[in-house]
Amino acid sequence: MARIENLERRFLKDEEFDFDVGDTVKVLVRVVEGEKEREQAFQGVVVQRKGAGARETFTVRKISSGIGVERIFPLHSPNVKSIKTIRRGKVRRAKLYYLRNLVGKAARIAEKKRPTRTKRS
Amino acid sequence: METLIGKKLGMTQVFEASGEATPVSVIEVGPCPIVQVKTPEKDGYSAIQIGFGAVREKRNTKARLGHFQKAGVSPCRLLREVRVDDSSQFKIGESVDVKVFEGTDKVHVSGTSKGRGFAGTIRRHNFTAGPKTHGSHNIRAPGSVGMCATPARIFKGKKLPGRMGGKRTTTRNLKLVEIDTENNLLYVKGAIPGANNGFVLIQKA
Repeated sequence: MARIENLERRFLKDEEFDFDVGDTVKVLVRVVEGEKEREQAFQGVVVQRKGAGARETFTVRKISSGIGVERIFPLHSPNVKSIKTIRRGKVRRAKLYYLRNLVGKAARIAEKKRPTRTKRS
Repeated sequence: METLIGKKLGMTQVFEASGEATPVSVIEVGPCPIVQVKTPEKDGYSAIQIGFGAVREKRNTKARLGHFQKAGVSPCRLLREVRVDDSSQFKIGESVDVKVFEGTDKVHVSGTSKGRGFAGTIRRHNFTAGPKTHGSHNIRAPGSVGMCATPARIFKGKKLPGRMGGKRTTTRNLKLVEIDTENNLLYVKGAIPGANNGFVLIQKA
């Protein structure tokens, strides 16, 4: 396995990712439409982070016109241009699947007052 | 030169410039020293014997060591005979490496599949499972295996439970994604037979 991890290294992005599950993030995604290329923002709560090395992915959940939308992004994909942390959430779980069953006020996440250094940044 | 010996390192993914991720298997291929050359004049057919992987000297029998000594090659873990159209262009002691796959689009990969032990018909032959509820007693059973007094036997080749896997399997027409000549690596799209660190044969499609 060690060998594979070394081979994956060339796909890793240099930047440090300072966000964790429960945070609200704004992800800029490259979208190619025919000839044109533009950036699209997707803002929501990080529901999970999984995988390791170049295969790490994270899921962002948002409510779009009343309907819950979840998008999974490969963290090191060249199409993910930037990830901006907007708000740090205080959560006690690694995967926030329970948010799927909650709407409105119940689906809020308390803000973390003093952001501690995340484990996986 | 159509075939080489390699070691499956495992699976990962490769990002294209478009951002698309391709699932790939990484194989460490060669360099394979040529240990013996078979010619139509002497052996009746044209082939070469190639080796792969280092092995300690005391792991070999004297006969095996002598075989390597004759070729002037350090002992290899694995020896395989590979058919070639014209063996006269190969010399004993030289080695072949991933470069032979340059320009190749697709490959076949053969290896020993992972052993699954004694497996039932659902896992082994893709039978469908029966209903799990409504009083069903036929959840994973194989069902009827044949007729009655005629023919009074079960036909040969009937799909039944038994040992699964651990057999030589070939995955055909895999797209060659990348060749890393520096590290002797081959990136092949999709899964290949066997466990990680298992030996495989890679053949031009």
